Amino acid sequence: MEHLPDHLRSGDLLVVNDAATLPASLRGRDGKNNQVEIRLMAQLDERVWQAVALGAGDWRTPTENRPAPPRLRKDEEIQIAANFRARVRGEDRLSGRLLDLEFNLSGEELWRNLYQYGKPVQYSYLDDELKLWSAQNIYSSRPWAVEMPSAGHALSWRLLLKLIRKGVQIVPLTHGAGLSSTGDINIDRALPLAEKFEIPPITMEAVRRTRASGGRVIAVGTSVVRALESASLGPGRFTSLKLGPGYERKTVDGLLTGTHDVSESHYQLLRAFLPENILAGVSRHLEEQDYLTHEFGDLCLILPV
Amino acid sequence: MLDFNGKSALITGGSRGLGGALALRLSAEGAKVVLVARHKAELDEVVSEVRKNGGTAFGVVADVGDKESVYPIAGQAAALAGPIDILINNASTLGPVPLRLIPDTDCEDFERALQVNTIGPFRLIKAVVGSMVLRQTGVIVNISSDAAVEPYPSWGVYGASKAALDHLTRIAALELDDTSVRFLSVDPGEMNTRMHADAMPDADPASLQDPAVIAEKIMMMIQQSDRTGQSDQSSQSSWIANGSRLIASEWRMPYESGARASR
Repeated sequence: MEHLPDHLRSGDLLVVNDAATLPASLRGRDGKNNQVEIRLMAQLDERVWQAVALGAGDWRTPTENRPAPPRLRKDEEIQIAANFRARVRGEDRLSGRLLDLEFNLSGEELWRNLYQYGKPVQYSYLDDELKLWSAQNIYSSRPWAVEMPSAGHALSWRLLLKLIRKGVQIVPLTHGAGLSSTGDINIDRALPLAEKFEIPPITMEAVRRTRASGGRVIAVGTSVVRALESASLGPGRFTSLKLGPGYERKTVDGLLTGTHDVSESHYQLLRAFLPENILAGVSRHLEEQDYLTHEFGDLCLILPV
Repeated sequence: MLDFNGKSALITGGSRGLGGALALRLSAEGAKVVLVARHKAELDEVVSEVRKNGGTAFGVVADVGDKESVYPIAGQAAALAGPIDILINNASTLGPVPLRLIPDTDCEDFERALQVNTIGPFRLIKAVVGSMVLRQTGVIVNISSDAAVEPYPSWGVYGASKAALDHLTRIAALELDDTSVRFLSVDPGEMNTRMHADAMPDADPASLQDPAVIAEKIMMMIQQSDRTGQSDQSSQSSWIANGSRLIASEWRMPYESGARASR
């Protein structure tokens, strides 16, 4: 990571996702007193969130091995705390575990309760429970992400200030990154679902100027690629854009990203940057050299030559 | 100069005294204010007063001295009011009252004062300043005291914690001097507040300043120090120097005699 400034030059633009990670995992009981974990996916309305339900057990069991949740029917209530509950408004046609939930609270009361009773989504490969402060990037702002936009985890202000002083501009956007896996094959196949994003005017302007002057636009994380490429297609607050082989990038030239398994949608997105044979070679190399995958693992920098 | 309209301001200790006065004044200028305090009932009063006046306010019940509270505070504030443009670290504790000499002070009381007066502000700065740097806007005001400079007997715990906060302000300002973020330490002087009555119960309230007047001065300081959109970030005499320690009683509105500032 210390060598990052050697690979970037004055006039390049680094774009980061400044979404803070919200404590998106809530535990509750259904009407029959069964344990349910709900993991929030995206806020749809003042009180309404899209969420995935998981059954009994906790994060020490890999998500894909967790028992299925009890069948939750329309209008059934999940009790999270004495005065905090969510009513099932309906289920998605992808899966009975993908729900629209309406909370009994809104505004500051809802946020207060989310932060009081929620925990960040946990990872079974970690030894200890992930604390909220460990799930934040050094520039995090609005809590729109339900999992950490993890490509930024290795950045420090020492490094970012060094880049800025070298003439690399760094600007933010906010992208509500959703869950990376849900344990439900039908949902997982459809990931990423629609996600909320917002690109501030200073960032739009910096992208325009960088492209006009021949600099490179480099995304930190796949969520940034998704937001910037979506914005190039037209205005909107949610994006369902899926990137993969054959996608012609309109905005993003380079990418700093974690290493991803072939089965993940993140990997498919990388195919919009690299041909399959090179990507497969990189994956083989990462495996042979025991690089660390997952959220807090090693990073790759993909740059045009 | 900074336009407060639409800006988002996070104020700790927002339920009374200077924090409450700042909330009323900033919201009257169109800022969305997020107020942090430990006691919900008092907090709700200020929040409703702002709303009654047509302003936007949100309350976050939390203790800034508690490590677990920092990201919940920053997250709730940004969720409700948007990315934070102004952070005012105003909450403080005197430690036990009546105030005690250092040799009479319990270790735990000094630790608690450092948590609330020094480390709490540090943690909140850490939680919001990164986004400010990238968004190229932001002012952080740390409320100090003359006890940070003058060695008043029995003010050891409070004075030492505020002196440390002043120094933290100066160093953070220097480290981020070529960004758009500005840091200020402000000594508000003696005000007619509950905290002052706790520390000096015999003081004549008529001799003390009105927190609303000090709040007005702090808003002028914020406006004068703001560097949003300035291409030249280097310190110049026409602005308040980044990291300045400002004394409210010596501050004159710019139309009175020009800003006085020193690093």
